[in-house]
Amino acid sequence: MNINLTLIGQSITFLVFVAFCWKYVWPALLGVMQDREKRIADGLEAADRADKDLELAQKKATEQLREAKEQAAQIIDQANKRASQIVEEAKEQAKAEGDRIKAAAQAEVDREISQAREELRGQVATLALVGAEKVLGASVDAKAHAEMLDKLAAEL
Amino acid sequence: MASESEGLTATGYIQHHLQNMTYGKLPQGYERHNADGSVTVLDSSTWTLAHSAQEAKDMGFSAVHVDTMAWSILLGSLFCFLFWRVSKKATAGVPTGVQSFVELIVDFVNNTVSDIFHHKNSMIAPMGLTIFCWVFLMNLMDLVPVDWLPSAAMWATNDSHFFFKVVPTTDPNATLGMAITVFLLMIFYSITQKGLFGFIKELTCHPFFAPKKYWFFNIILVPINTILETVSLIAKPISLGLRLFGNMYAGEMIFILIALLFSVGLVMGIVGGVLQWAWAVFHILVITLQAFIFMVLTTVYMAMAYDDHSEDH
Repeated sequence: MNINLTLIGQSITFLVFVAFCWKYVWPALLGVMQDREKRIADGLEAADRADKDLELAQKKATEQLREAKEQAAQIIDQANKRASQIVEEAKEQAKAEGDRIKAAAQAEVDREISQAREELRGQVATLALVGAEKVLGASVDAKAHAEMLDKLAAEL
Repeated sequence: MASESEGLTATGYIQHHLQNMTYGKLPQGYERHNADGSVTVLDSSTWTLAHSAQEAKDMGFSAVHVDTMAWSILLGSLFCFLFWRVSKKATAGVPTGVQSFVELIVDFVNNTVSDIFHHKNSMIAPMGLTIFCWVFLMNLMDLVPVDWLPSAAMWATNDSHFFFKVVPTTDPNATLGMAITVFLLMIFYSITQKGLFGFIKELTCHPFFAPKKYWFFNIILVPINTILETVSLIAKPISLGLRLFGNMYAGEMIFILIALLFSVGLVMGIVGGVLQWAWAVFHILVITLQAFIFMVLTTVYMAMAYDDHSEDH
């Protein structure tokens, strides 16, 4: 346990190691650690921000969904209205068409009736003449009675 | 056991274990007692390895403890290399393996130092780290069974008188050497912070100082202050170095005493084994604590060097 030059040697060794650590080890390690600290802080902040963004996006999505639903309801409403309108129109058209057909048929019937009547009228005169001939037993001069017979036929 | 020709006595064994491997200068005309009993007289002063404790003592101040220096430089280099390599490869991403271990230590030291030292000096924290790791590693050599490395050295050199002490911190030269560096840094920072005048003023006008009205009291108070402050200043490095040395030396001594049990017999050998294990476990605490204390006290002394007392009066 003699005190000797080792004392000074150890002092110098100590200084050398401290200097090495000071220059090459400490700044690099501490820099890395501070970098990481910053990164973690940034990450946490980003996560917070993302949370807020998500909330906002959800709110927006709900809003849009609601709007879409409203629009859909509106469109369905309109479509319904339009459909009933079309049905109504179709009904009207059909009715008009029906009326038209009915009118045409009526006209035809009328025409046929009047035609038949004309025919009947013509035949009535002949029948009446024949009947009268039978009744009178003699022939009736068609010419002589034509005026009367026509009058008769017209009355029918 | 280690000591063969030194009489296989317990005293010889212990003394052999406590002797450093000393390389120093023997004066001209020195009588060297060889192992075979013959005496060699040196023609001129010679640098050589000491063959006995007496020779080591006679070498005086111009000698170096080769084992202390070699182990401390080896362990310090190991620390520097490991930390340097990690700091080269370190990434700010997820730390793995050695990097997280190193960062754990760095963070611990950084927190401890910044708790104590509030001034701006980028050297204090790395110095704390160096002290903590280096002293810890040097103390750790205490846990290597006391005979292993000395026996290996004796086997390697084929010299049964080969002195080889593996724990640098059980050498007061090592601990006081570090303490002296701390002391010089303390004075250096004291002077750069407060100026030479401020430093002298702190030594002479503190803790007792009479107000201006009774200025003549200061004639008596200044010498008292100087004595008190100088003693407390000198006591700092000495207590710092001797505390570490004392703790490690005592621990080493107990390991050596326990190792003596191995030579007594099988039963005592087993007892010795258990004791050595128990003491080693306890010593893990001691070596860490001593390394930590050395770091903290160094930081405290640096903080004291920075603290300005001039406003206190």
